[in-house]
Amino acid sequence: MALEITGIAIPSLICIFLFLWGASLFFAAAQSPQGAMAIFVVGKQWMWHLQHPEGPREINQLHIPVDVPVRLTMTSEDVIHDFFVPAFRMKMDVVPGRYTSEWFEATKPGSYHLFCAQYCGTLHSGMTGTIEVMSLTGYAQWLRENSTAESMAQMGLQLFSRLGCDTCHLSDGTGAGPALQGRFGKQVTLRDGQNRVMDGAYVRQSILDPASLPLPNYRPVMPTFRGQVSEEHILQLIAYIKSLASGERTQAP
Amino acid sequence: MFFIGGAAAVMMRLHLIEPAGALVQPETYNKLFTMHGVVMVFFFLIPSIPATLGNFLVPMMIGARDLAFPRLNLLSWYVYITGAAFTLYALISGGVDTGWTFYTPLSSHYLNTHVITTALGVFITGFSSILTGLNFIVTIHKMRAPGMTWKRMPLFLWSIYAASVIFVLATPVLAIALFLVGLERIFHVGIFDPAIGGDPVLFQHLFWFYSHPAVYIMILPGMGVVSELVTCFSKKKPFGYIFIAYSSLAIAVFSFLVWGHHLFVSSQSVYAGFISSALSFALAIPSAIKVFNWTATLYKGSISYQAPMLYALGFIGLFTMGGLTGLFLASLATGVHLHDTYFVIAHFHYIMVGGAVMAYLGGIHFWWPKITGRLYHDGWARFAALVIFVGFNLTFFPQYMLGYLGMPRRYAVYPAEFQVLDVMSSAGASHTRRRLLDSIRLSSLVHPLWTRSRIESLERERPGMGDAIAASHR
Ligand code: HEC
Ligand SMILES: [Cu+2]
Ligand SMILES: [Cu+2]
Repeated sequence: MALEITGIAIPSLICIFLFLWGASLFFAAAQSPQGAMAIFVVGKQWMWHLQHPEGPREINQLHIPVDVPVRLTMTSEDVIHDFFVPAFRMKMDVVPGRYTSEWFEATKPGSYHLFCAQYCGTLHSGMTGTIEVMSLTGYAQWLRENSTAESMAQMGLQLFSRLGCDTCHLSDGTGAGPALQGRFGKQVTLRDGQNRVMDGAYVRQSILDPASLPLPNYRPVMPTFRGQVSEEHILQLIAYIKSLASGERTQAP
Repeated sequence: MFFIGGAAAVMMRLHLIEPAGALVQPETYNKLFTMHGVVMVFFFLIPSIPATLGNFLVPMMIGARDLAFPRLNLLSWYVYITGAAFTLYALISGGVDTGWTFYTPLSSHYLNTHVITTALGVFITGFSSILTGLNFIVTIHKMRAPGMTWKRMPLFLWSIYAASVIFVLATPVLAIALFLVGLERIFHVGIFDPAIGGDPVLFQHLFWFYSHPAVYIMILPGMGVVSELVTCFSKKKPFGYIFIAYSSLAIAVFSFLVWGHHLFVSSQSVYAGFISSALSFALAIPSAIKVFNWTATLYKGSISYQAPMLYALGFIGLFTMGGLTGLFLASLATGVHLHDTYFVIAHFHYIMVGGAVMAYLGGIHFWWPKITGRLYHDGWARFAALVIFVGFNLTFFPQYMLGYLGMPRRYAVYPAEFQVLDVMSSAGASHTRRRLLDSIRLSSLVHPLWTRSRIESLERERPGMGDAIAASHR
């Protein structure tokens, strides 16, 4: 009997220890540090689309400076994918219909494998790429060389007028829809009294399914834009609406 | 079915000898691993021990003439055949490439292969599982011979009982999940596809609520077999009988609570991950209890290394390896890295092949004389057991390393740096499969025919066949 008890106690203690160790690291890794550099990822059968807030877009390749925390905001255009970089011990599913995120800080320049780790159909094993970690100066130069005419927010602004959003969302609040200036990151009270914070997921839902987020004092006239905008467009619109909140200058020069 | 699944596996290993893929197109590769998974899990591992040894031994061990519902038992066989027919039809008519996990919305919307037929096959076979489970539960409750109390039952029965509980409680959830996939595919009801208002991750919860317990459907009967073999061939009473018995039940109960460990990176909340991880560690304890008690039974026993015992010892070693590596997957931080890599593949093959299949072969060898009245050739059988053990490790050990280095599973092509380990694994695989076939053909099927004379001496040689034989003679 004593033997039995020790036989149960010792593995139990080992298990508890391993569990707590693993869990504490996991929680530490789940929270991205303040001020991490943002990168936006859209998974699509069978490639990765990535965009830097400054505008440059990449496919199956991501250029990143060394020693800077990077936070990925990810979604999928079709099925579930998974953004896996073994060298960074980093893996997160990329799920259609929602935003997931993960962060990392590369400590050594070099090029690292990027895999899609969630089986996603025929060319799943072709859905790979590289993460190019560059020195700070190297990265700055890369950004210059690949700079686009517009930042993500400016692309969003273009979409905002091309899709006719600006016909309702006038900046002085006199349109059929609310003014979006200064709204991002703030609390929104819906018609049924429910409180939500306006984040990326909220804006995405407004664009694709506005009827599910009715506001008091407004008639539900906003049409759905499902099928007219890609996930990448939505990310740009979000960037634009976000920039309206921080008062950043986004008017195209 | 085992041979079909096995053939698919060999093709995959051969294909992976070269980084760019040596044999087939990625699409065919995807169909191969799907078939391998579906066939091996649903049509071999789950029914293997319960349907063969279970049907034969359960009544015998409790002193009953037959199972409680013999006709239901026959029905469950026909149901199994029907399910298998659908799945085979899907295989022959072009295959399916969802992976055995049928993840949505890939399966419910994006693929245009034979998803419905395959799912229907699995769905139907599920009923066979439920019927078998019910039959065992009722039989064990109601038909024990006078004097055969719960605590005198052979350990094999405890494990079959625990597995039957899982059969009955978990299988309906799989059936529902597959039914919903069908519903969404055919009628476009928005359940899993977010484009029509569904939740893609919901499927994973439903699927693993079945499929994690199902892992224990596969391994529990194997544990039962090993408990019998170890006691018999070390000529001792099982050490800590009651602990082994109750640990089977504990495993069955806990197995329903840990499905979340397959969803650490699925976007489920970090707290759900926390709880799943804790419970998964808790589940390791009853398994550890079993391993300790088997080793304690071996301790100072007079061990005879006959073929079934070699399989049983192989089981203990490989299962322990599989179990310990499971801890790394259950731990949140390492689980994130290892999830969906070859590490997982190696882990569950150590449990499923190193565990369940080894126990199955051991059990078949052990009870072969009792079932057929003939004896296999012990020399060949021992040789086969050793070769399988070596070949198995050659195949799957390199996969642990591959997974740790980051090679994702279900890859038809892979970066060149993984080639050395992949070739090792492939070499091991073709070696094992050949021997596995040899072993089954030679030792079980051919040799017994001309060695029947030794059967009489058998009961003298194996006193610990014990409980089982005593019960059947009562
Ligand atoms: C026909 C007028 C109309 C158009 C066009 C329109 N919206 Fe709206 N929008 C509204 C109304 C009205 C609401 C208030 C929600 C409701 O009650 O349905 C709203 C709400 C929103 C909200 C949530 C605001 C909050 O404070 O909760 C966002 C974000 C939004 N719209 C973004 C957009 C974007 C981006 C576009 C262009 C792709 C767009 N809208 C086009 C009328 C419009
Ligand atoms: Cu993918
Ligand atoms: Cu599991």
